[in-house]
Amino acid sequence: MLEISISKKLLGATGIIDFEVTCTFEKGEFWTIFGESGIGKTTLLRMIAGLDTPDRGSITMDGEVWFDSKKRINLIPQKRKVGFVFQNYALFENMSVLQNLLFAQPHKDISKAEEILEAMGLLALKERLPNTLSGGQRQRVALARSIAQEPKILLLDEPLSALDALTRSRLQDELKKTHEIFKLTSLMVSHDRSEVFKLSDQVLWLKEGKIFQMGKPKEIFLSKTSTSKFSFEGEILNIEKKDVIYVVTIGIDKQIVEVVVDESEVQELQVGNIINVSTKAFAPIIKIK
Amino acid sequence: MRELLNPIFWEPFGLTIKLAFITTLFLYLVGIPIAYYLAYTKFRFRAVLEAIIAMPLVLPPSVLGFYFLLAFSQNGFLGALWKDLFGHQLAFHFDGLVIGSIIFSLPFMVHPLLSGFKAMDKFQIEAAHTMGKGKFQTLLKVILPAIKSSLATGGVISFAHTVGEFGVVLMIGGNIDGETKVASIAIYNEVEALNYSMAHSYSLILFAFSFAILWLVYVKLGNEVKGSFHA
Repeated sequence: MLEISISKKLLGATGIIDFEVTCTFEKGEFWTIFGESGIGKTTLLRMIAGLDTPDRGSITMDGEVWFDSKKRINLIPQKRKVGFVFQNYALFENMSVLQNLLFAQPHKDISKAEEILEAMGLLALKERLPNTLSGGQRQRVALARSIAQEPKILLLDEPLSALDALTRSRLQDELKKTHEIFKLTSLMVSHDRSEVFKLSDQVLWLKEGKIFQMGKPKEIFLSKTSTSKFSFEGEILNIEKKDVIYVVTIGIDKQIVEVVVDESEVQELQVGNIINVSTKAFAPIIKIK
Repeated sequence: MRELLNPIFWEPFGLTIKLAFITTLFLYLVGIPIAYYLAYTKFRFRAVLEAIIAMPLVLPPSVLGFYFLLAFSQNGFLGALWKDLFGHQLAFHFDGLVIGSIIFSLPFMVHPLLSGFKAMDKFQIEAAHTMGKGKFQTLLKVILPAIKSSLATGGVISFAHTVGEFGVVLMIGGNIDGETKVASIAIYNEVEALNYSMAHSYSLILFAFSFAILWLVYVKLGNEVKGSFHA
């Protein structure tokens, strides 16, 4: 169990942010740190790993104090036993896949390292150098390497953000599978809702450096919906007058839709508004692609 | 042509290569910690240290040589210490040439290493730290292998620069056969003695040797080394 209660002044995109988070992460859970970029999600992971230092507060892992500003305790990263998957994977380019894992292990054990590679379908690549691997393979090696560390907690900093949509979706499944096999307490930074939904047991939603919402993804993301059966959040991209009606172009995730509205409705709308698009009367039709 | 068969003729070259080799070896030992410190440590007087290291790039070799001569003679601080330890002073001795060359060529080693350290992916370093590896182990196993082209560049340029050294050696080494008479000094001697054919022989060999080194560097290291001579 990881307990954190920390604060730090951060220089964000919009100015100084007072980052302040208190939270407890239970053993074996998969958490997502969700929110816009530049509000301290990555910094939170880095503070847990000991790569950045909070201004005040405490971080305790299974009763062991990693950081306590009052008692002036600040364990170096080497002593914290965290596995960190960096956004750029940070693979050691001069070492083969297997050597990367062996280097990460607290005690060198080839058969154990090979077991991990086997479980993640990477065994065939064990002699390869990282720069001969594809983006998706590199990501998996990075994940395998941090598992080889036998960490108390796994920290994943937007591990899938650099990949194309297809690879990403496949790796989300793998990440889920890997979590089920190794049961590591995991904290993943993400700003992709579908990813959060697919993977996490719990979500920590940050806004402007503070906890905005916390709980199961279903509760958090579905609680805002009205009584309507079908509802999506989107952004107004364009409003165009056509004869007596208006056509509003809305971006919903990666889709763009056009919705017809009348003059009384259009009064309240502006380009850039975040809105809810819902339908009540029609049953949606679902087709397999 | 007959002189080419005489071992005495080749002695200055042997000495030059020996000097360049030992200097480069020591420069790795000195240059890596200095460049590492400059790249990864925040401290107040960084600019002062950087300026001191870069001084040999702008100072006339005679100025450096003059101060070395003062420090290396038996009345000087280093020379006296050396005499106590090893029984001879530093000036007019091969050891003095080595120390002088190390200081004189220091920027040629430190600058490529510094840019290598700075360009190093810091996440790889942090990853190694989260794996429980200390700073020294991270340097040895992760950083140095990742910047091996900078290591090669620093080594080759320092070596070549030491081969081409003249002013400092002339000031502190004098002209002792088999001890301090390196190739560049030998040429100067022969010209002074109006012995142009010998001077030609030495010069041509040094010319060919330097060209061969640089050519090899550009073939092997290509873009990485370009510009480093003005580092």
